[in-house]
Order: sequence, then C-alpha cells, then structure tokens
Amino acid sequence: MITMPAPDQAVLARRAQIAAALRRIVPGEGVIDAEHERRAFECDGLTAYRQLPMIVVLPDTTAQIVEVLRYCTANNVKVVPRGAGTSLSGGALPLADGVLLGLGKFKRILDIDIANRCVVVQPGVTNLGITHAVQAKGLYYAPDPSSQIACTIGGNVAENSGGVHCLKYGLTTNNVIGIEMVTMGGEVVRLGGKHFDASGYDLLGVMVGSEGMLGVVTEVTVRVLPTPPGARALMIGFSSVEGAGDCVAAVIGAGIIPGGMEIMDRLAVQAAEAFAHAGYPLDAEALLIVELDGCEAEVDHLVAAVEATAAQHGATSCRASQSEEERLRFWAGRKAAFPAVGRLSPDYYCMDGTIPRKRIGEVLQRIRQMEARYGLRVANVFHAGDGNLHPLILYDANKPGELEHAEEFGNDILRLCVEVGGVLTGEHGVGVEKRDLMGTMFNETDLNQQQRLKCAFDPGSLLNPGKVFPQLCRCAELGRMHVHAGKLNFPDLPRF
Amino acid sequence: MTMFQPSDVAQAKEVIARAAAEGQSLEIAAGGSKRALGRPPRTDHTLDVSPLAGIVEYEPAELILTARAATPMAEIEAQLEARRQMLAFEPPDWRGLLGGSGEPTLGGVIACNIAGPRRVRAGSPRDYFLGFAAINGWGDGWKAGGKVVKNVTGYDMCKLQAGAYGTLSVLTEVTLKVMPKPETACTVLLPALADEIAIPVLSQALNTPYEVSAVAHLPASVARRSGVAAVAEGLGAVTALRLEGPLPSVAYRAEAIEALLGRGLRLEEVETAQLWAEIGAVRPLLEPGARCVWRLCPTPSAAPAVMHVVRARLASAEAFYDWGGGLVWLSVDGGEAGPDGGAAMVRAAVRQAGGHAAGGHATLIVAPDAMRAAVPVFEPVLGALASLSARIKRGFDPRGILNPGRMQEGQ
Repeated sequence: MITMPAPDQAVLARRAQIAAALRRIVPGEGVIDAEHERRAFECDGLTAYRQLPMIVVLPDTTAQIVEVLRYCTANNVKVVPRGAGTSLSGGALPLADGVLLGLGKFKRILDIDIANRCVVVQPGVTNLGITHAVQAKGLYYAPDPSSQIACTIGGNVAENSGGVHCLKYGLTTNNVIGIEMVTMGGEVVRLGGKHFDASGYDLLGVMVGSEGMLGVVTEVTVRVLPTPPGARALMIGFSSVEGAGDCVAAVIGAGIIPGGMEIMDRLAVQAAEAFAHAGYPLDAEALLIVELDGCEAEVDHLVAAVEATAAQHGATSCRASQSEEERLRFWAGRKAAFPAVGRLSPDYYCMDGTIPRKRIGEVLQRIRQMEARYGLRVANVFHAGDGNLHPLILYDANKPGELEHAEEFGNDILRLCVEVGGVLTGEHGVGVEKRDLMGTMFNETDLNQQQRLKCAFDPGSLLNPGKVFPQLCRCAELGRMHVHAGKLNFPDLPRF
Repeated sequence: MTMFQPSDVAQAKEVIARAAAEGQSLEIAAGGSKRALGRPPRTDHTLDVSPLAGIVEYEPAELILTARAATPMAEIEAQLEARRQMLAFEPPDWRGLLGGSGEPTLGGVIACNIAGPRRVRAGSPRDYFLGFAAINGWGDGWKAGGKVVKNVTGYDMCKLQAGAYGTLSVLTEVTLKVMPKPETACTVLLPALADEIAIPVLSQALNTPYEVSAVAHLPASVARRSGVAAVAEGLGAVTALRLEGPLPSVAYRAEAIEALLGRGLRLEEVETAQLWAEIGAVRPLLEPGARCVWRLCPTPSAAPAVMHVVRARLASAEAFYDWGGGLVWLSVDGGEAGPDGGAAMVRAAVRQAGGHAAGGHATLIVAPDAMRAAVPVFEPVLGALASLSARIKRGFDPRGILNPGRMQEGQ
C-alpha cells in the first residue's frame, strides 16, 4: 500500500479554529465537520484507499473558493479538490490534515453558444449533462469516460479523461477550450475561451491532466461536435489476441480511424456474454469490436473495408450490425465488461497502462505467466486503437494479503507496459495508485522539472500534495541555480 | 556573438550549461525559416541545433513518429506521404509571409504551435504532440510524455513546450501522433457573400454532421489574388468549404452541403490542395509595399464585427477569414497604421467584439524589426497570469538565457 505524508499535528490541533474560520467564508451546511458526514468523502473510485478528511467544504461561488484558498494558504492548510469522486487512481483521496474542497454545487450550465459550437459550464456538471444540454441541437460532447453518467467535467479536466472514442475524437485536452481557475494563492485566472489557441504559454493545456495539483477549476468551456448521423459496429472473432491486434493495425494501415475499436480476451468475452447476452462468439480467443460513425455513405463503405480486412487477417467470425438495436447489443457486453467480470470474483482491480499495440501478444503472454506466479486471474479489455490496456485482476479482499498481492501484480503489469515502450497510465491518472512507479518512466531530472512547474503554481505545496510524485516538492531547493563557472568540457565544440 | 553548432545532445547541454553559468543568452535556431517571427532576438549568442536532425522511429500502424527536433519538415512529410499519412494539423508554409528562406524544421513548427486550415476540425501541433526530450536552462536533459498515442502520466508538458517559442527548453527529440491521409478531397465554393453572411454560413456548415475539414472566406479583393483560377476569376468574394475522406463519402457530403447552402463551384483534388496551401501560407494577402500583417484569433462568430471596427479606422485594411472566422489575417498599410502598426486599435477590437470575458488574441506577424521590438508582438499577458508565466519561465530557465524576450519583454 502507498503511504501518504504524515499529517501535520500543528494543523490538526487547530482543527476547530480552522472549521470556524471556513464557516465564516462558506455559511450554513457548506462546511461539514461531523465525522459521520465526512465519512461520505473518505474515498473516490479507488476504494482500497480511504482517509477521513479533516474538514469538508462545499462552496457555492468562485468568490468563496478564492477566500477558502487564501485562508488555507495563509494558515498553511492543505486542500484536496474533488468533483464527483469517480477517480480510479485516488486523485481525490482526502488528507487527514487537509480540507476537502467539493465542487458539487457548481452545477450550472452558463452558456450554450451554438454558433461557436461551445458550451460554458460550471465544473460540477456531469460529462453526460453537457451532451444532454445540446443534443436537441444535434451536438454532443465527444470524450466519453465509462463513468460519464456520474463524473463531472471538472474531474475530467483534472484527469484528462478519455473514453472509447478518443482515438478519433481526442481526450479531454483536445475538447476543452477554456477554463477559469483559482490558484492556491487565491488568484482567479482565465485561460483560453471561445477563441482558438493561446497567446503566451498554453497553461490551459497544462491544467488539463494536472490531477488537481495546480489550481481549482471553477468554469469550463468545451467544444461540442455535430452528432454523427449514424454508426455501425462489427463484432469480429479471432483465434488469438495477436490476430485481433494485427487486424487493428491493418485497419489503421488502410487509412481508417474508427470511432471505437475494442479488444476483449477470452475470459472477458465469456464473462460479458454470460452477463449481457450480446451474442458474442464463445469460441473466440479474442473479440474485436469496431465502430464506424459518420454519414451513411461513409459508414457502409468503411464497414465493407473492415470486413474485407478482417477476412484477410484470419477472423473466425465477423458480423456487422444491421440495425441500431443490434449495434447497441454488440456494445452491451463490452460496456458491461467490468461488472460482468465482477461477478466472477468478489473484487477486481482495474489497471490502465498503454503499450505500443504491436507488443500486445507478448504483453498478454507475460501477463498469463504472472497469473500463474501470483495465483490470480486476469481478464483483459483493451482500447485497441490507441494501445490502452485495462487488465482486470480478480481477487478477494476478504482473504488476508490478497489486495496487496493484487496491487503488486498490477504494479508488475505497469512495469511491463513501460518496459515494452509504453506508459503507466492511459486515462485514469497517476494519483496515489501509481505514484511510486513514476521512477520507472522518469528519472530524477524529469520529475524535478515537473515539480518546478508545480512550484510555479503552488509554491507552498498545499494543493493535493502526496499525489503523482513519489517525493513531496522541495520548491526552494529545486529553484536553485548551481553556478559553476569553469572551462568548457568540449574544447573542440564547433564555433563560428 | 558566437554561433554554437553542437553536433550532438551532449554538446548542446554543455553549451547551455556554460551559457547559464556565465549568464549569456542564446537564440535557439535550426533552419531559421521563422527567425522573423516574434520579437527580434537580442541575444549574446546563437545555438544552432541543425545537426540534431533525422527521423528516429516511424510506426505507421501505431500512428507515431519520433524525430530529432531539427528534422526538416520536407523530410517528415515525404516519409508520411509514402505511407499515405499526414500531420493532421496541416503545418502551413510561412516562408513567403515571413520572407525567410531557411528550411522549416519540426522543432520550429512545434515551438511556434502553428497549424493550417484543418485546425478548425483537427487541432494544432499541441494536440498531436505526444512526447519529447529537451534541455532546460540549467543545461540538463529531461523528457516528458511518451511514444504512445494515449498517455496521462505526469503533467502534460508537451502543451507547455508547444507555443513557448523555445523560451522554456530546447527541444531535441519530438514524438507526434500522425493520422491517415484522406483518400480524396474537394472544395465547395460559394460566390459573392458579404463577410457578415459568410461567417454564419460557415458556422452553419461546421454544425452539420458533414465533417467539413476547412472553412475560409476570402473577400473579393483578396480572392482576386488567388493562384487558383476558379477562385480568382469572376466570383467576387469566395467562401470555401473543404470535404475530405473516402470517395463515396466526399461525394455524398459535398452534395449535402450544396443542398443546404446553395450550389456553387466545385474544386477537385488538385485545385483543392492548391487553394488550402495558399490559404495556410497567407499568400492571397501578400502584396508589395510596407504593410503590417496581423493574425487575429477572435471568438469566431465575432470576426466580421472585429473587421467592421478595423475597417472603419483603417482604410487600407485588407483581410480574409480562415477557421470559420476563428482566424483573421489582416494586412494594413504601415504608414496609415502608425508607429504601433495598429496594435492598440486591433487588440481593442478583438477584445470588445467577443463580449464579456470572451478573450481572443492578436499577433503582429509581419512588421519591421524596430516595430516588433517596440510593440508587443503577442497579445500581452497581464495580471496574475503574467506573474504565473514569469514563475514558470524561471522554473525552466532561471537565468533567462533561452530565447529571452522572444515572446515578451523578459520572457
């Protein structure tokens, strides 16, 4: 288990005083002090990690957030921002000596601008809520994390959330065009807007995916897109995962970027079929679902092209949806894959590495070897287009030590992802979960440079500390310039 | 003034570490094609990284390409073309605009974050920038991102380097997401629309599901200078919409767009390529004489109102619209615009037309060196954002030796 920094006893000793001060800023029920009420905030989607926050604050206005952050900075109190709490990496895990700042009351849609295809919302609006606000106009918000019914756009900004459709339509970072944020020092800053690109440094781009460590987002402007008029899906069986991977490479090689492209391995297919009765081929070692969206002429053309590619690559079965109902049925199994796998085992642990897709066969082979070593089963679900792998490790938390065992297994899988040229996380974020693995991808110089960015935003390291970086920021030390005037080591360096 | 030309990354680090130790500033350069972009460099020395060139890895099926920063764009584009792929942000060729003759390189395109007409649909270099290796102002090599298309490990440092004009680090190696090249393309031309009509028409087109991949409006005086005969001759103002994709799909969508907006002329593939290349290169706006060229990014729907204000104040103003109004290229007579090139007036017009807190920015792209030294070339960054930006600069380059002052005084 990852350990969080030891709580500051001096801050804990002032708890009542801090709560009283915060009540003066956020009146009424906006400050939650009672233990049984704070309990509701003790974890996010990574439920293995729990911590009761010192105090919970639920502000109504940006002005209150400014005052809360100013107070916390002046009084050296840590702050953890939280949206809907659906993070799978512990990004919103509270701190024992920290204020949990919940943005749940920021639920208003502020502006729907059809002419400029954008929507301005408060950060507590759900991902799907944005689409609901514009779908009557034939528009939608493209990034679709599987928690989209619950997760908020503020959390999506913090985590740079993805989803099934991001190979074609991009992640959150490619679809957010402006934010308003408050720095830990209490300054309100607007980044981007309805216009294209930034003048000056692209701090909007840096804020997206910063895991709540650089600022508190108080308003978000997103790009919305015309809803594709139609979509069809293909359900293609293969006798090996490698075969499915080769087919994906061939589809992309043929110049086709499908709206979605998912691979499930045998265990995931069996579980999903038993749960959702989607009609999946139970004899397949791997199932590939390809969705093509756009106008009818394009979709039919591309479905034929993918069918031909699948046949050339040894598909054991291939069926293209003939109706919207059938398309949704193909997806029903995949969308239910996590709960379906959950029926096979009391608990499962969802991993999120990305690998170069050509290494998929080798990676799954080595995961199988690890299954034997750890004595735990793994079902694999894979965003095949972009190489984002979600191994689901089955375990039983009631068996002593099995959670730790599953975590160690997961860490080995992520180390493997890095070893084959991939990365630790494709869309769930580093958070607490993968914090101590950062050293497998980055050396000390790389991490120091990231931390210097953190220091520019939050010199006191008060905003969401203990996440992402294995060591807390030491801003004063990192900012130093070691001046070592001396002789040039390359006397033959070309000079003109 | 010394020109350093390190032959490898280790030597480049040494030059920077040495420059940092001695407090000597460096202009970062490679091909030099964008030397006239931004505030004129006033550095003690030049760091020419041209030898750090060459494609390191290109995996078409993984949609990734890794190349050293000074790799010529022509080399990258030729490799991609051979596999029928492309850089989706459509990097424009600004050599004619900037009067530069050097070879555009990948590092320059990323550092300046310059996109072409497809930006309205596909995004900018920053949207395809997956990872990099670089050298910071201490002379330390560091890296961020990765070589896969989906990655959220650590802060997204790529976004910060894209558009930083080499002021935060010197890029040495870059990994990009590449995309398949559309099978074919055509352009629908609508004749004789006034600006105030054309921009809403383009917005309407972008709101359809017909996946328009570029949208521009050329007023009559600009259209006349097009190198594409059908655009230059006889139509007056030209409103252009590009469709790309598989053949049957493009045919269907072009029909659908014409059914919606009215029948116009059609450009087929070759002329389509010509037209959008010249729009990206701003060629129809270039003419002899002492003119200042501005690049405005207002709220798209407000673009005609911005130009209404500008035209009322400057009779010499000529402009055309790309990105459905999200990009306005404006040329003004230097004499009429006065010593600030029209900066105060142009920037006020962009700010006011967008409505409250709408933002937008204006960049002075072409002007004499002296004017670009005296007038803020980029939209000034103010208030809390300015101090934040200054702290970020210090976190990457504490002595301020990397391209200092290229973006704004002291940065």
